[in-house]
Amino acid sequence: MNGIPLSYFLVLSAILFGLGVLGFIFKRNIITIFMCIELMLNAVNLAFIAFSRALGQFDGLVFVFFVIVVAAAEAAVGLAIVLLISRNRRSLNIENVDEMKS
Amino acid sequence: MTLPILLFFVFAGIAVGGALSLIFAREPIHSALALILVMVALAVLYLLMGAGFISAVQIIVYAGAIMVLFVFVIMLLNAGVENRTQHSIMARWLGIPLAVFLIGDLAYWMARGAHALPLAERSGSLAAGPVSTQDLSLHLFQSYLFPFEITSILILIAVLGAVVLARREP
Amino acid sequence: MEFVSHHAILVVSVVKIAVLLFIVLTALAYLTWFERKVVAHIQSRLGPVFTGPHGLLQPLADGLKFMFKEDVTPPGADRFVYVLAPLLSFSLAITALALIPFGPGTISILGQQTPLAIAHVSLGLLFLFAITSIGVYGVALAGWSSNSKYPLLGGLRSSAQMISYEVSLTLSVVGVLLMAGSFDFDSIIQSQSGRWLGFIPRWNLIPQIVGFLCYFTAALAETNRAPFDLPEAESELVAGFHTEYSSFKFAMFFMAEYANMITVSCLATVLFLGGWLSPLSSSWHWAWYLPSLLLILGGLATIVDGIWKMRGLARVILPFMGVVLIAVGLLCTRPGVIGVVQGPFWFLLKVFFLLFFYVWARGTLPRLRYDQLMDFGWKLLLPVALANLVITSLVVLLVNR
Repeated sequence: MNGIPLSYFLVLSAILFGLGVLGFIFKRNIITIFMCIELMLNAVNLAFIAFSRALGQFDGLVFVFFVIVVAAAEAAVGLAIVLLISRNRRSLNIENVDEMKS
Repeated sequence: MTLPILLFFVFAGIAVGGALSLIFAREPIHSALALILVMVALAVLYLLMGAGFISAVQIIVYAGAIMVLFVFVIMLLNAGVENRTQHSIMARWLGIPLAVFLIGDLAYWMARGAHALPLAERSGSLAAGPVSTQDLSLHLFQSYLFPFEITSILILIAVLGAVVLARREP
Repeated sequence: MEFVSHHAILVVSVVKIAVLLFIVLTALAYLTWFERKVVAHIQSRLGPVFTGPHGLLQPLADGLKFMFKEDVTPPGADRFVYVLAPLLSFSLAITALALIPFGPGTISILGQQTPLAIAHVSLGLLFLFAITSIGVYGVALAGWSSNSKYPLLGGLRSSAQMISYEVSLTLSVVGVLLMAGSFDFDSIIQSQSGRWLGFIPRWNLIPQIVGFLCYFTAALAETNRAPFDLPEAESELVAGFHTEYSSFKFAMFFMAEYANMITVSCLATVLFLGGWLSPLSSSWHWAWYLPSLLLILGGLATIVDGIWKMRGLARVILPFMGVVLIAVGLLCTRPGVIGVVQGPFWFLLKVFFLLFFYVWARGTLPRLRYDQLMDFGWKLLLPVALANLVITSLVVLLVNR
């Protein structure tokens, strides 16, 4: 075996995903929470590519391509919503936007 | 300790360090920079696995366009310093061990899942050679043509949505 | 010597990097001199003449000035990001040059055969775009970290301009990719070898003229050069995103801009102008002596200029430089050297012409207003690049049928 074992990549992916979940739960700035979502997506991309290369198929790589594209679309719309929230509530702290009534 | 494994540990360390900075940074702009670092480190790891095209796409699209969007929004909204939350004592004493347990659990089961694969497939990284862009694009445009077209419509919808949402009322 | 033979690849790479860095940094410095001279002559004046003969020591004077200026950090600036921004800009601008091949085949350094590029990457074009797309951060972060209104606005405008034109830049190149069928720079250059009708070189400039024009325009905007330099022009927004920078950090932004110019010109040469291919027919063996001829003529001109027109110390130094040039020119006629010099000679000549066009555009064209700039990028350049892409793919499909 002169490659890097698959489990190394999967453990790294799990660690990054876990850190993303941590950040998502503990942080209070909306934009930072959004960035933790992107971190989770990246961790999942890593796992996809690792498996794709291990099994010798292209499906994982194509999935990663689509994940990146969908993440772009999601970031655009999500950040537009964040802009609206900050304009209306004057704050980027999620503790201030947890009620429907402003 | 061959060169690929050494490189893996270096860039995995950078990625984990970036992720920790993302969580523990006090300013959102530092978190954004940390996330860019994570993405670039992951792009190098993709390259180590032979997926060159995806690595370049990750840098061009993810680190070079999506994160620019994040940085713009942080700069425009002047997102200030994160305040300390008034969290309960239980959250601190229970949260951190549970967090460590979550990460350790995920890592353990992922590693065990990898061992369930036959031996030949466990070291997929450099052994099979780099992925040719031509093969990847053939696969993308033949087997996955319909999702490709759907995602292009999705991007169009996202652009329209973003423009409508962020417009100032006249 | 044991160390060298064991780690030959590493040592050879370091040697190539050192040589390229030296050449690029000197070229950067004298590009500023060249620009000031050419813009001055376009404006019917002389440009630098006092610092050394013909103002040739002006870059040295500028460098010393930058080093001796006081390094001021604006109050309240985010220190880490403030220092990171110029470093990022400059290092990315120079890194992109590692991918470009300057000549064909391999030469032998320290006994090891190595190509005339620092890194031969099979996905070279894609990674070059990756490096330039991260270059946007240098500008945006510089504007943000200065903790001041004008830099922030200038930085936002400048980076918005860069990412808008980046799309057109990338699209205008896809026509070339379709014709060459590979991301590898060597393959792209090889696909431009050969001639039509026996004497017109098969460069991508002719079939992809629209692509070339789109690329050059987008490159002008991407590198924040006139006529697209509103975000950093002196009469607008003070000095844009680098208002609050002083001495060495400002010099790094300055150098990064010129390094970007050089990188983009090198890329245009590789993609559209045939890289290191000679436009003259390969059966004209006298053409092999062109580099030597140019160097010898340049040396003679320098000697004549030094002795006849200069006074003082320049009367000794310029003829000495002329003699050095003639010696190098004669060296290039030696059988071992003459083959190696051909490729880089034509490459550098083409890059020089493109840089001249850059400077010419700066001296001649009026500046675009920011909204005109963005309109132009999105409403004209992008559709034209897309149309070029569609038509090229149609033609490639029909021709290969």
